[in-house]
Amino acid sequence: MEKTWNNKAWFMVLPVLVLVAFSAVIPLMTVVNYSVQDTFGNNEFFWAGTDWFIQVLQSDRFWDALTRNLIFSGIILAIEIPLGILIALNMPKKGLGVPVCLVLMSLPLLIPWNVVGTIWQVFGRVDIGLLGYTLDAIGVPYNYVNNVFDAWVTLIVMDIWHWTSLVVLLCYAGLVSIPDAYYQAAKIDGASRWAVFRYIQLPKMKRVLLIAFLLRFMDSFMIYTEPFVVTGGGPGNATTFLSIDLVKTAIGQFDLGPAAALSLIYFLIILLLSWIFYTVMTNSDAQS
Amino acid sequence: MARINLDHIRHAYGPNPKKPSDYSLKEVHHEWNDGGAYALLGPSGCGKTTLLNIISGLLQPSEGKILFDGKDVTNLSTQDRNIAQVFQFPVIYDTMTVYDNLAFPLRNRHVPETEVDRRVTEILEMIGLSDRARKKAQGLTADQKQKISLGRGLVRSDVSAILFDEPLTVIDPHMKWVLRSQLKRLHKQFGFTMVYVTHDQTEALTFADKVVVMYDGEIVQIGTPAELFEKPKHTFVGYFIGSPGMNVLPAKIDGSSVDLDGQKIALSFAPKFSAGAKTELGIRPEFIRLGREGMPVTISKVEDIGRQKIVRASFANRPIAIVVHEDGEIPAEPKVTFDPAAINIYADSWRVPDTSLVGGEA
Ligand SMILES: Nc1ncnc2c1ncn2[C@@H]1O[C@H](COP(=O)(O)OP(=O)(O)OP(=O)(O)O)[C@@H](O)[C@H]1O
Ligand SMILES: [Mg+2]
Repeated sequence: MEKTWNNKAWFMVLPVLVLVAFSAVIPLMTVVNYSVQDTFGNNEFFWAGTDWFIQVLQSDRFWDALTRNLIFSGIILAIEIPLGILIALNMPKKGLGVPVCLVLMSLPLLIPWNVVGTIWQVFGRVDIGLLGYTLDAIGVPYNYVNNVFDAWVTLIVMDIWHWTSLVVLLCYAGLVSIPDAYYQAAKIDGASRWAVFRYIQLPKMKRVLLIAFLLRFMDSFMIYTEPFVVTGGGPGNATTFLSIDLVKTAIGQFDLGPAAALSLIYFLIILLLSWIFYTVMTNSDAQS
Repeated sequence: MARINLDHIRHAYGPNPKKPSDYSLKEVHHEWNDGGAYALLGPSGCGKTTLLNIISGLLQPSEGKILFDGKDVTNLSTQDRNIAQVFQFPVIYDTMTVYDNLAFPLRNRHVPETEVDRRVTEILEMIGLSDRARKKAQGLTADQKQKISLGRGLVRSDVSAILFDEPLTVIDPHMKWVLRSQLKRLHKQFGFTMVYVTHDQTEALTFADKVVVMYDGEIVQIGTPAELFEKPKHTFVGYFIGSPGMNVLPAKIDGSSVDLDGQKIALSFAPKFSAGAKTELGIRPEFIRLGREGMPVTISKVEDIGRQKIVRASFANRPIAIVVHEDGEIPAEPKVTFDPAAINIYADSWRVPDTSLVGGEA
């Protein structure tokens, strides 16, 4: 068949381009604009160059928040990915159990972020919350408002509760795509349960796991609403993540310049880390 | 190495089977001799794979027992039955190398590494993939994958039986021939019981001591290639074996005389069958003589296939095929005679034995 070459196709993508421009590119450029200028109000701006970037990068506040982010993402990835795989492996493959499990698994994903935060905020309260009250009643000291460890545990458990389902659903999709013949061959070859997982299930889940890993990393690295609602960044600054810090800088203190610089640095870190994970993971695939 | 008994095996995939059509496998009762080479032949969906999976233990039969050397193994798992099976759709462990793929069944059974190496090297040689041993199995072509799948079935030397489910479908004809002779050699060397599923009747007939023909969930005949050709037990075997298949004509039978829509033939025996059965006469195209004498036919087409000619004709208002030698002449007013020894009589599709030779009563 002869291919026709003309530029009409561009008109078709134009609406999307316009939409992306308004929703992403233009706001981003505004941020870039703020990040290199200073203002004392009255809409007067002065060129500041890289000053804000240097200021942000030299502040302990930034590095502390970044460290908290990395630790938080590290912990939830280390728990949610293996836990998600484990649950997916144990979900039924056919019968009535399938829709039941799928619906149960999807429930936490359907709840809006701030509601999740509120649920856990109430759930964990020592005076009226089911969890906090019960723990208190059986003599376990627990208070996420003034104990750093408890605040972190609450946030981590909340994230696991909220997002493990995503990993489960993705892994499950990978698992059900494995033809029966593989399991039959494994039986004939005398493969152990572990060998079946290692050589059949894991390779088939690899792609979806990469997606799950990236999604969970990016999402947890940008976490804002839940800690904001539950702990408000405290106790002290113990749960002040980059996003919370950013909002404090921009809206609390109205330091638009540093806030813009911080958000750009934040954006670049996420981009860089995602890119590194992606290349490392797909390269290990390509080497084979 | 084992003698395998299938004791009244039936299998239905759905729950609560009631009528015969609910069963994918209807009553298989059969013994596979120790060290025998069997070909399992039959059309798509007749239950070949189901039967193999029941033997290997991947499937629990709904009814019946399986015995290996007289020992009941019906409830034993696949691992405990010590059987190798090569699947219809090749299964490859993508992330492993070709070598590791072949070594997998041995290593899982904790075979010493020196022995693993010896066996794997031998199999690699046989399937012609030695130069790829250290490559990942992922990027291989379909026929290479099928060879690995076959190799994994052959790598264990101590198995009771090896079941092959159409193992060579995507392999080119020459390589097919090579692998088939290798398989025969291995079979002689190790003496495992071998069941080989195929759609390809030449493959089945050249390969096996005994050919098992299945049809609609049943074994309709087990026999040597010659038996299948000369005395098909079921009209299906007549159609299925041979090319072209057997001519089957509706026949009215009275004592030892057959009436084929007006054409009368005398049999050398009086077939016995229950009254009201649908009776048919079967004759292979090779045993019909075309000449100037006998019963009239109308020729519609002549196909020249090299050493023979296939004549398509109409006889007694029925299409029939006749095989004529390359330089056999085709007369202007063609007539046919049937070789009396090659006539088979069928009642309700099953062959009526010709042991009851004509006695005094006729
Ligand atoms: N897992 C299954 N669930 C339900 N029915 C099945 C299943 N596997 C096979 N069947 C049915 O059982 C019958 C026999 O199937 P089987 O796969 O044994 O045939 P086959 O002889 O191997 O055919 P082919 O030559 O196409 O491989 C078919 O009617 C098929 O539809
Ligand atoms: Mg099959």
